[in-house]
Amino acid sequence: MAFVLPIMLEALDLACQRGHRVLFTGLSFALTAGELLLVAGPNGSGKTSLLRILCGLSQPAQGEVRWAGRRIHDLGEAFRSQLFYLGHHNGVKDDLTALENLRINAALGGDPLSVDAALAALDRIGLSGREDLPVKALSQGQRRRVALARLLVSRAPLWILDEPLTALDARAIGLIQDRLAAHLAQGGMAVITTHQPIAVEGVVPRRVELSAP
Amino acid sequence: MNAFLTVLRRDLLLAYRRRADVATTLFFFVIVVSLFPLGVGPEMDTLRTIAPGVVWVAALLASMLSLGRLFASDHADGTLEQMALAPQPLWLIVMAKVWAHWMVSGLPLALMAPVLGLQFDLPAQALAVLVVSLLLGTPVLSLIGAIGAALTLGLRGGGVLLSLLVLPLYIPVLIFGAGAVEATMTGIGAEGHLSLLGAFLILAFLATPFVAALALRIAME
Repeated sequence: MAFVLPIMLEALDLACQRGHRVLFTGLSFALTAGELLLVAGPNGSGKTSLLRILCGLSQPAQGEVRWAGRRIHDLGEAFRSQLFYLGHHNGVKDDLTALENLRINAALGGDPLSVDAALAALDRIGLSGREDLPVKALSQGQRRRVALARLLVSRAPLWILDEPLTALDARAIGLIQDRLAAHLAQGGMAVITTHQPIAVEGVVPRRVELSAP
Repeated sequence: MNAFLTVLRRDLLLAYRRRADVATTLFFFVIVVSLFPLGVGPEMDTLRTIAPGVVWVAALLASMLSLGRLFASDHADGTLEQMALAPQPLWLIVMAKVWAHWMVSGLPLALMAPVLGLQFDLPAQALAVLVVSLLLGTPVLSLIGAIGAALTLGLRGGGVLLSLLVLPLYIPVLIFGAGAVEATMTGIGAEGHLSLLGAFLILAFLATPFVAALALRIAME
């Protein structure tokens, strides 16, 4: 008897339209536990649009996205509690400190963090000594790290990350790749767009190539 | 409920870090109200007659002035997206944001109003009713304003459009808010007006967070 893997995230015949331009049509894939999907394509090919459709921020022009066999739109909060999304914007407030940002974002994501746990996460991502600075005093890469510190503590099985490695140095990229490997090894899933090569030990990433419009 | 408190605390903390923004709104209110006695002249009867309307119109404008900030900065830095993807209903988060907005805009206006009312020679009883009417009415302004702020999110020149959208909807609150103070001064009693303001508040409380949440989802598409 064949062993059937449970398919968790499915995209069925997705189409995306921006204005009068069709970015992609007939896009289908399925992602199961432990799999990594890399979305590649030139600028303007709809990578970010695809990610926003997958997490339910935008509606596809056609087709649907399913989680565990049900439409994400019907699941609503039940799907959103399984999801960690990091977009182009870091989602951190300039006037709050790194520590406040991390704890507020984690609490909003339904995963409240103690001060000690938050400090430990910021320390691991290389922001020790800067926890109490307002984020506006940090560099671009450090701001990205404040946002990515969520990854270190996230328990969500599905990660959707839009260019997570932008503005990061080699050490931080290594840390994120290690965390990604651990996440996938625990049965997590990830959908990532990146222009940089991403190597996760023991995982052959699946690929979706979007062509230029 | 946890998300509600998290967002409420966050927005109050942000308002505290950006105290100047809050102070600008309050100073605007104080200055607009204070200009009228200077412009109209020291005729006590005239001042008493125009006082309720002047204070209330200034409160409407001051409350609207701060509406632009309600969602715009969260939209710009991506935190609004994170709220929309949080595993809590978005209307609950909207409610927390509106509540925080009222605490730093409507509530101080209501508390400052009696001092400003003195410039218009309002009797003590009218001052008390003015405060009560503002306490009941300004949350309605914040709640209705949230819909307008959500609808105009990300639009160029959204500020002007926002005032065109929202000010007509403020008219009933203005009529019954100012009316309550006038009624007290003429001896009719303000109960009717205040009850209606209370009814507006309940209606707005029940309906607007859902509508604003829906508008936010459309604006983020």
